[in-house]
Amino acid sequence: MMEKKITLSDVEKVARLARLGISPKDKENFERQLNNILLYMEKLDELDTGDCEPLAHVLPLKNVLREDRVREGLGQDEALKNAPEKKDGFFIVPPVIK
Amino acid sequence: MGSGGRVKVRQKNKVTLNQLTAHEVADRVAKREVTAVEVTEACLRKIDEVDPLIRSFIRVDREGALWRAADLDRRLDEGERPGLLSGVPVALKDIFCVKGQEITCGSRILKGFISPYDATIVRKLREAGAVFLGQTNMDEFAMGSSTENSSYGPTRNPWDPERVPGGSSGGSAAALAADEAITSLGSDTGGSIRQPASLCGIAGMKPTYSRVSRYGLIAYASSLDQIGPFGKDVEDIALVLEVISGHDPLDSTSVSLEVPRFRDALVDDIKGMKLGVPRECFVEGMEAGVEKAFRAGLEKFQALGAEVIEIGLPRIPYSVACYYILSTAEASSNLARFDGVQYGIRSGEAEGLLDMYESTRRAGFGEEVKRRIILGTYVLSAGYYEAYYEKALKVRRLIKEDFDRVFSSCDCVVMPTSPCVAFEIGARMKDPLQMYLSDIFTISVNLAGLPAISIPGGFDERNLPVGLQIIGPPFSEEKILRTAYTFERNTDFYLRKPELKE
Repeated sequence: MMEKKITLSDVEKVARLARLGISPKDKENFERQLNNILLYMEKLDELDTGDCEPLAHVLPLKNVLREDRVREGLGQDEALKNAPEKKDGFFIVPPVIK
Repeated sequence: MGSGGRVKVRQKNKVTLNQLTAHEVADRVAKREVTAVEVTEACLRKIDEVDPLIRSFIRVDREGALWRAADLDRRLDEGERPGLLSGVPVALKDIFCVKGQEITCGSRILKGFISPYDATIVRKLREAGAVFLGQTNMDEFAMGSSTENSSYGPTRNPWDPERVPGGSSGGSAAALAADEAITSLGSDTGGSIRQPASLCGIAGMKPTYSRVSRYGLIAYASSLDQIGPFGKDVEDIALVLEVISGHDPLDSTSVSLEVPRFRDALVDDIKGMKLGVPRECFVEGMEAGVEKAFRAGLEKFQALGAEVIEIGLPRIPYSVACYYILSTAEASSNLARFDGVQYGIRSGEAEGLLDMYESTRRAGFGEEVKRRIILGTYVLSAGYYEAYYEKALKVRRLIKEDFDRVFSSCDCVVMPTSPCVAFEIGARMKDPLQMYLSDIFTISVNLAGLPAISIPGGFDERNLPVGLQIIGPPFSEEKILRTAYTFERNTDFYLRKPELKE
């Protein structure tokens, strides 16, 4: 058995970072599957990328500027229309401070 | 490569309106030989007939489509100038925002979300006279290669309903193959247009990154996502591409290049063109039927006067690993917005904010999306960032350099679109890595931001379609279209239709 790339507690920790609840069954499946996947990804180590610049984007991206003009946007009603809970023009979330 | 085969070839004299191509419909509607309503009704009838089995559509906007078609007919009768797509019924992947419509990206988490605005391509298609039939099925958040990861259940392949249509834009591809729509659109992050086009026996194109505005496209991996058309023939691809391309102030990554008249590229002549075939594509577990069709395709290109040369893309074998690090990293960030606050479903609010987030996302996302969010968060997390994410970004540069190099010695690269034909529903769901590996021929194109098309390239021994992929340098869509068009005009694969029980 090869060394594990990711353990059950790693999966739990990462899921928490991603604010993602997962069932105990998913947790075990993910641990097994992600180990396979991460092991496969070691293939990249075969390539010498020593002085290679990382490429995050294929385009030579630069800031796109426009004139700061007032233009029509979504109204408050429209923007709130899909909210699961709203009140007086606000999104409502459960209490953060107990 | 003759006709033959046991499948039905479309016969000009027996064509029903829903079998027409977009350029045929637009032409006849413009001349008032048929009405937009007649064509729309023909598509809706076909949907009624076959969609209970195929399940291309998540929702069909029957009233909206007929109302819109009638309105177009009235305006054309009054003398309004027809658009490029006047009266053409279009199926849209459930990933494009359409104002006033429920759009869910194939996910439970967006159930009930009514888009407050139109995606730029939706606006452009509408301005060109298109009629929207509804939203097509897809892998949830475009994550998958089979359309099985949809919270609405799988779509079936019209060529064999026991098999997948490919993915993630499987519904849009199946709808065209079954003639439920005249044309359709999808999005392609790692092959999600080309691979389903290949598995369903139609054409599909991923334009150069930045050619088409992504405004209103629900994001999966922003540096890789690109919108593109499916078509019953290459001319339809050129036509729709012309409509949807162009700079958009609402997408800062969209390029400010003038949009060529892509239809002018439809020239039946590739004499002297140099086509590169990567030697790496023969060593990746390609199915025998795919290899046979591909080699026959290369002979066809040679017979048509093209020079076929062997090239090397030595980093292609690394593209799957590179892609699944970068795309999941971007996805883990993009999908953070689905948190039960601004739209979609919410659950677990009684236990406080953090539990609400976790519980909403647990209930709302399917298994593959969760797996990718975890993988993406992991490769970005402290201690692993350099080993995975940064390493993959460097490999991405090497993959792009591979292509840059070969395009100095050939016009286009040709490869199969997929190493396999349509596989059986359920066959690859247990092993995600195996599913990922089936993307080997398409994902390097997204990593390098290149344009590429998949066109019908033959059939295997079971009569399942095989796709032929043509890849070009950035902004070389015209060269690709010309190559694809020449192949199509000199073969009849694109005319064959699946025999669906009617």
